[in-house]
Amino acid sequence: MADKKFELEVMCPDRTFFKGEADMVELCTVEGEIGVYPGHIPLAAVLTPGIMTIHNDGEVKKAALHSGFVKISQDSIMVLAEIAEWPDEIDINRANEAKLRAERRLDGSKSGIDIQRAEAALKRSLTRIALKG
Amino acid sequence: MASMKDIKRRKESIQSTGQITKAMKLVATVKLQKARGKAESARPYFDAMYNTVSSILANSERINHRYLKSGETTKKAIIVITANRGLAGGYNSNVIKTVTGSDIAREDAVIYAVGTKGRDFFARREYKIAADFSEAINEPIYKDAMEIGQAVLDAFEAGEVGEIYLAYTSFKNTVVHEPKLVKLLPMSTEDVEKTEGSEATGLVEYEPEEEEALDIIIPKYINSLIYGALMEAIASENGARMTAMDNATSNAEDIISELSLKYNRARQSSITQELTEIIAGANAIS
Repeated sequence: MADKKFELEVMCPDRTFFKGEADMVELCTVEGEIGVYPGHIPLAAVLTPGIMTIHNDGEVKKAALHSGFVKISQDSIMVLAEIAEWPDEIDINRANEAKLRAERRLDGSKSGIDIQRAEAALKRSLTRIALKG
Repeated sequence: MASMKDIKRRKESIQSTGQITKAMKLVATVKLQKARGKAESARPYFDAMYNTVSSILANSERINHRYLKSGETTKKAIIVITANRGLAGGYNSNVIKTVTGSDIAREDAVIYAVGTKGRDFFARREYKIAADFSEAINEPIYKDAMEIGQAVLDAFEAGEVGEIYLAYTSFKNTVVHEPKLVKLLPMSTEDVEKTEGSEATGLVEYEPEEEEALDIIIPKYINSLIYGALMEAIASENGARMTAMDNATSNAEDIISELSLKYNRARQSSITQELTEIIAGANAIS
């Protein structure tokens, strides 16, 4: 396992979030969580808010990804995320507040689009809290 | 001939205008550098996005997706990116001209304004303004692009508009900015196929299926286009303002040197006149 690595690139609109080699990466797609090792079949998958875990030489890095998609080819993985955050960029208080706000809005449930937005906000805040906690 | 006092006053006023334009130029220069850096760091994401979308669309003849067809109404949404402030040469009017000069009729246009200059122009001419995102242009973040994208896509899906356009100024370099009107939706497969061909597209699997993936990826693609356009627009705005203010400053300098000359002449002639009078007076007494 250690002899084979792939190039991982995580890109955000405003910066290149991560670029480097990795042994394995775990991602949350809409179909479920996947772990990708080198030599994976080519795949393009849509991501849902979740934690991305990068394994490299026994070192583990975690980051929160909110909406985006991943493109896996033979020896490289490209993640396009609209928002990506390292744990130290997350404000836990804000995440907790956002969670409460989203839950409140879901309880008050009005029209369909609001529910969708509140659900997305809730997912995002839960991801942040999970990553931080 | 204007009096010395008048000339002096005029010179001072132009001098202070010159100072302001010079300061504005410096500010624009700094902002331009910042905006340029941002536009460049947005580039890789956009390119990657573009490659992915085009590789999906490249083998999509069989895909019959709603984002690939125009809606039934003739209404067209236009996102117009201008500045909130003037004094940027032809920057704002050039963007506006691409819209008024296009073959989109006024009745059909639905304006999504980013920038008060464009908004006010179209509001005065009684265009329909669906939304105003003018505060976004001051310091655009990706979220602004997402909101704008969401607004136009909602309208597209609700059947309120059949096509979506984006009018902005593309930034080539510090002095060359090109106003552009590009079509965002429906996406035409021909556009992307021509530029793409290197990717081994047939082998890629999609999760979820291609059509569902398109549902999610195309809005993201549109958002990234809007974000890129916002970034380039800001760089262009500051570039245009820098050039305009540079011209204004050098104009002010020209006028000042002309006025100095006039002022000195007037001073000289008044001294000469005084002397003539004194001599004439002295002659009369003796």
